Amino acid sequence: MTDPQMATDRREADKAKRTLLLKFSGVAVLMFAFGYLLVPLYESICQAAGLRDIDAPDSVTSTQIDATRSVRLELDANVSRLPWRFRAETPIVEMHPGQLVNVLYEVENTSGRAMTAQAVPSYGPALAAEYVRKLECFCFTRQSFGPYEKRRMPVVFVLDPRLPRDVATITLSYSFFEVEGNGS
Amino acid sequence: MQTPIPLDIDVPSQQAPKGILRWLTATNHKDIGTLYLGFSFAMFLVGGLMALMIRAELFQPGLQIVQPELFNELTTLHGLIMVFGALMPAFVGLANWQIPMMIGAADMAFPRLNNFSFWLLPPAALLLVGSLFVPGGANAAGWTLYPPLSVQMGPGMDMGIFAIHLLGVSSILGAINIATTILNMRAPGMSLMKMPLFVWTWLVTAFLLIAVMPVLAGGVTMLLTDRHFGTHFFNAAGGGDPVLFQHLFWFFGHPEVYILILPAFGLVSQVVPTFARKPLFGYRSMVFATCAIGILGFSVWAHHMFTVGMPVAGQLFFMYATLLIAVPTGMKVFSWLATMWEGALSFETPMLFAVGFVFVFVVGGLTGVMLAIVPVDIQLHQTYYVVAHFHYTMVAGSLFALFAGTYYWLPKWTGHMYDETLARSHFWLSMIFFNLTFIPMFIVGIAGMPRRIPDYPLQFADFNMAASIGAAGFGLSQLLFLYTVIKCVRGGKAASAQVWDGAKGLEWTLPSPPPHHTFKTPPVIA
Repeated sequence: MTDPQMATDRREADKAKRTLLLKFSGVAVLMFAFGYLLVPLYESICQAAGLRDIDAPDSVTSTQIDATRSVRLELDANVSRLPWRFRAETPIVEMHPGQLVNVLYEVENTSGRAMTAQAVPSYGPALAAEYVRKLECFCFTRQSFGPYEKRRMPVVFVLDPRLPRDVATITLSYSFFEVEGNGS
Repeated sequence: MQTPIPLDIDVPSQQAPKGILRWLTATNHKDIGTLYLGFSFAMFLVGGLMALMIRAELFQPGLQIVQPELFNELTTLHGLIMVFGALMPAFVGLANWQIPMMIGAADMAFPRLNNFSFWLLPPAALLLVGSLFVPGGANAAGWTLYPPLSVQMGPGMDMGIFAIHLLGVSSILGAINIATTILNMRAPGMSLMKMPLFVWTWLVTAFLLIAVMPVLAGGVTMLLTDRHFGTHFFNAAGGGDPVLFQHLFWFFGHPEVYILILPAFGLVSQVVPTFARKPLFGYRSMVFATCAIGILGFSVWAHHMFTVGMPVAGQLFFMYATLLIAVPTGMKVFSWLATMWEGALSFETPMLFAVGFVFVFVVGGLTGVMLAIVPVDIQLHQTYYVVAHFHYTMVAGSLFALFAGTYYWLPKWTGHMYDETLARSHFWLSMIFFNLTFIPMFIVGIAGMPRRIPDYPLQFADFNMAASIGAAGFGLSQLLFLYTVIKCVRGGKAASAQVWDGAKGLEWTLPSPPPHHTFKTPPVIA
């Protein structure tokens, strides 16, 4: 093998190695982005599949009241590191599936500062979530409170009669989280 | 396949830097391999010391030695250091030393990148260990770093995140280097299906690393921005979801366990044929099993999360996919046994560790099959049963295979035979104390003892005492390994080029120890 021939071969080998290096680095960058893409991907899949959006009112398909059983609904209210007072006026409601129920929550900003917060619902047992059909809820939007402002806020919902019969008690728990930067 | 190209790397050895500079500027694959192996053993001792502090606290019920906060920091750092600091660099070290010699290449594809990959590791280790001493202490959320805990902690958590970034970049670059070396620099005539199995398993491992380490890096970067820059990826307050992190973590985490075990399979597949003096049974099926495990490994991650409240369809899918992995793994165990069948077996230390590996890894694998079954997993989730299971695969699996590989090639690297008596004692002590440590954990785990808690009810006392005694014995036995290796480096009976009469492969055609630069002109394989 002659020297110039060897030099050409080496250049080609180096080029092949560099190409592979670039390809592998590209895969690594793509996989890094994959984690971030999961969030918009998940949202668009839920939208396309018509899965539940907790920030929008539900529709009610059946209004047949099932008077053969009653379900006990426990209303829990929490705040997360927020100088607010938050409680349900009637913490326990007995109801029939299919019945339209209106409950009231009392919220008070105990600080001298205007604040914005968002309530996030959580259900126990978790499978009950899809049967609590909320028509109106303060949790659909951010709530802005002036200094020492006090308000009563309603939740209107229907319990879907398709709720499995073994569920006799549902806990609906709201937590208020502050939306930083005044929530604009 | 490229034509063979002699490399002009003829730097006269007297011009090469000496002392510390030799290591700081090392670009030779053998030097970097040594650095990796030395670093990983040091980390193994640090992580082991943490394990011993954990076991000392658990020696008796009640709180005696460490407070719960420190206990949580120790369990977290023990996990991170052992996985990222000890096991992974050890496999990369063996790859650096052996892969160029096994495929007839002069060096790694990117020697300077190789140097950079290694020197990212010590700062990462300093960040991890140093985080113990900052206000609020080290990351105590467990090595899995689950939010919301990991969003709330002090600066120790940030140090942990940066350490993971560095370790991640290091292993991605290392993996790219290894994959390019294997794909581009094989000697003429060495087709993919002629490669030794250690090289094959490392090729699959390198692909796994390139695909999943960036996902972890992305996940911990999201943690970092959640902590400091007002994002809400995992914070329920802003509409985020902590379970997203679990998905990201285990999308990395499950392939990660194959990253730690596939090269171990490769090592055992080198050692067993040598000491059975027979070719490996079913080479092709071994290669396909390796690829199958690598691919299936991407579709089972949520079996770590059966208790997060996923739909039954999801649980079933991940359960069946997980059980499916037992098939290629079982093929591997079958191939090793069939290789030994009617072989002219001899039990030098590498073979002892390899056979020991098969035994304990099967225990780890079968307990894994139990954990894959959803109803059983829900019962055993977060108990010591899980701890025992993954230590059977990681310690007795990966670590024992690493010992097998080290004893197997140590005479080649140093030119001296190691002290067989000491090495065999190391094996038997490790094997006995390992089982003494972890068999009791299966028992208390089934009885319901939760993991990551520094105290336990009285009825678990005796088993925990046994486990602590085993752990102390296992830890001390590793000092015997250190002594055996140092003794072998210093001197001993000269090793021949062949070393083991049944050994096959290009590395055994080189003298022991091999010259600093090998295969400057590629060998030709018939």
